[in-house]
Amino acid sequence: MRPEASVRPVVPQARHFGDEASRQDAAHVGMWVFLASEVMLFTALFTAYALYRYAYPDAFHQGRAYMDVGLGTLNTYVLVTSSILVALAITSVRAGRDMRAGMFLLGAWVLGVGFLCIKGMEYAHHAHDGALPGAWYDFDDFAVPGASLFFTLYWVMTGIHAIHVLVGLGVLSTLVVRALSGRFSAAYHTPLELGGMYWHLVDIVWLFLWPLLYLA
Amino acid sequence: MSFEAAEPAMPREHYLNAQRGAWSWLTTHDHKRIGVMFLGALLCTFLLGGVFALALRLELLTPGETVMGRLAYNRSFTLHGVIMVWLFLIPSIPTSFGNFLLPLMIGARDVAFPRLNLASFYLFLLGAVMTVWAILQGGVDTGWTFYTPYSTATGTDVLPVLMGVFVVGFSTILSGLNFITTVHTMRAPGMGWMRMPIFVWTLYGTSIIQVLATPVLGMVLLLVALERVAGVGLFDPARGGDPLLYQHLFWFYSHPAVYIMILPGMGVISESVSAFCRKNPSSYRVLVWSTVGIAFVGFLTWGHHMFVSGQSVLGSGTFSILSMLVAIFTALKIFTWTSTMYRGSIWMSAPFTYVLGFIFLLFFGGMSGVAVAVTSADLHWHDTYFVVAHFHFIMVGASLMAFLAALHYWFPKMFGRCYPEGLGVGTAVLIIFGFIATFLPQFLLGNMGMPRRYADYPEHFQSLHVASTAGASLLGFGFLIIAAYLGWSLRHGRVAGRNPWGSRGYEWHSDSPPPESNFHAPPDFPYRPHDYSRPDTQPEVGHAA
Ligand code: HEM
Ligand SMILES: [Cu+2]
Repeated sequence: MRPEASVRPVVPQARHFGDEASRQDAAHVGMWVFLASEVMLFTALFTAYALYRYAYPDAFHQGRAYMDVGLGTLNTYVLVTSSILVALAITSVRAGRDMRAGMFLLGAWVLGVGFLCIKGMEYAHHAHDGALPGAWYDFDDFAVPGASLFFTLYWVMTGIHAIHVLVGLGVLSTLVVRALSGRFSAAYHTPLELGGMYWHLVDIVWLFLWPLLYLA
Repeated sequence: MSFEAAEPAMPREHYLNAQRGAWSWLTTHDHKRIGVMFLGALLCTFLLGGVFALALRLELLTPGETVMGRLAYNRSFTLHGVIMVWLFLIPSIPTSFGNFLLPLMIGARDVAFPRLNLASFYLFLLGAVMTVWAILQGGVDTGWTFYTPYSTATGTDVLPVLMGVFVVGFSTILSGLNFITTVHTMRAPGMGWMRMPIFVWTLYGTSIIQVLATPVLGMVLLLVALERVAGVGLFDPARGGDPLLYQHLFWFYSHPAVYIMILPGMGVISESVSAFCRKNPSSYRVLVWSTVGIAFVGFLTWGHHMFVSGQSVLGSGTFSILSMLVAIFTALKIFTWTSTMYRGSIWMSAPFTYVLGFIFLLFFGGMSGVAVAVTSADLHWHDTYFVVAHFHFIMVGASLMAFLAALHYWFPKMFGRCYPEGLGVGTAVLIIFGFIATFLPQFLLGNMGMPRRYADYPEHFQSLHVASTAGASLLGFGFLIIAAYLGWSLRHGRVAGRNPWGSRGYEWHSDSPPPESNFHAPPDFPYRPHDYSRPDTQPEVGHAA
């Protein structure tokens, strides 16, 4: 049984804040700042993308045409659904239904793993074709100048995004465990909200990568 | 004003002795201890960077090979630059004094995320160790900017250094995040934004730059690393890449980074000008808004490092004009400080001597910044000693003066003891003169055409190089004296009491050194920050005199 939710439980970590509510405020501010920082990380890559797309329009056009739009779009649905499940988990826990929240989170986690599997299939396919980055690029029927830059950016951008998915999955799995063992309550679910924010960011970044890399 | 007759006593329990043993330090979550540990680590990196600096100056004492060969010279200036910029100047004031003082100044018991704070310290250590390890592996010869395509082509092992700097960047982001959150959520009741001490404002501005600019640097370093490992070709013209992209991304971080170094320094100066002139800052608002202005405009000027890199004329012109805006905000600050001094009751203490040094060097260095921001003039000066002198005046001169001012002003706060004031003032004068002797000749050298990063030079440059080396030796000597008397004062200095300077800074409301959770009772700050216009309520003034 989880302890009954009081409105503002005072937990030991809140000692130097005075009360738990301000500790939660701080956690939210900190997360927003962190997300801003993450956005800047990807901004550097988007800048590079814009520059090289401007310099090599043909290569980028053909590169996107080569991508498997079906798989890319499927992955978009997978990630967006998973993001929605996380949002549902938060509403559930706010309503005090933490078991249901745990199930939603588990669903989100499974979809995240699914995303990586699909991505892995695509990667395997590209590797088979020789569409690898930089010095490893060896794709004979695709030898326009700048093609290797398109693929470099493709690998780096989706690769760094995939690392974020991995980190997000780690976060989700601890949240699943905590939710299922009744650690969250209507009054206390800050970690869940923060983890959710991170997962939404991962989703949003993909929503930018998808049109840039797949939709011709 | 009443002077206490009895010597003040050391508080019985404070953060230094509340818990004992090395383990209690290494696992502490106390922002004050973390600040002190950062200070210790920074002094070590500064010493190491300084040793390389002296080696460089020694090599340049005479034309031809003096003490080291060409490759060794290239490696030395790289390591000097890398250590000084990445491992000393960028983290210096925020992580040491910022960590120590920010919570005290806003009446909080700690920063918002104490564990993250400790993690930030260990990340810094890890990055520093990786970088130094790279030195032992034989060194790197790219310069602190790691410009491509050289950094992707050189045979020296750049990877460990890139990764070291990357890790230090993480530490910077975490510190910045922590400070922003602390300022937003942990101010004492009643402390509105316009009641925050100026130093807190500058730390806040600095943190925003750290959080928004550092990830871009991290990404570009990662790309260079990939380029070395996998030959991805993003910056390699032979593969269709663009080396200019590297410069854009690098300077997008590294120009704001110079404000990461100087803004906290400006905060220190604002605090000490008021404290040692016994006067309110002549405009609190100007100091605040110029801080915000610098933090903002700093993001728009990176292209002035690329005037001769093949940037469009329109681009150069735009960056030239935007750069001048920074000078306006800086000038606003300088005018505010000088007008605060005007008709103040000036106490020529060691911190105040450094304040004067700071203002002179910032003014001179800033003016030379405006000069190099003029595109046509920069064609002549780019990559010469003129630029070296410009950025040393500002970064080393001004930031370091502020660091030393902070070290002397807050030494009693941190350790509860005073240092010998006369020795402090004397050394400060020595350092300022050593500094000018080192870098003033370099303006002249640069204007005559001496390129930067060369180990050799024609005969007729020698006298100026000798002057510069002599100045550098004075500087080194000055630092030794400081180390000696501050080290001595740690144990034997006169007990400071709560507020030896009679300052109105909020941080002096708690004991010196402060107790473990900063205050014995919830603090309240009855007057505005830096308010010297009301009668003195703190009788301990005069103990440091
Ligand atoms: C206030 C603090 C300042 C700091 C700490 C600072 C620092 C630096 C540094 C480190 C460099 C050299 C970078 C390298 O290694 O190539 C530099 C170059 C430069 N700075 Fe500053 N600077 C400051 C202010 C200014 C201002 C106010 C301006 C313009 C109004 C300015 C204009 C420039 C320009 C144009 C260059 C490039 C010169 C060249 O490479 O030819 N700086 N600065
Ligand atoms: Cu700059």
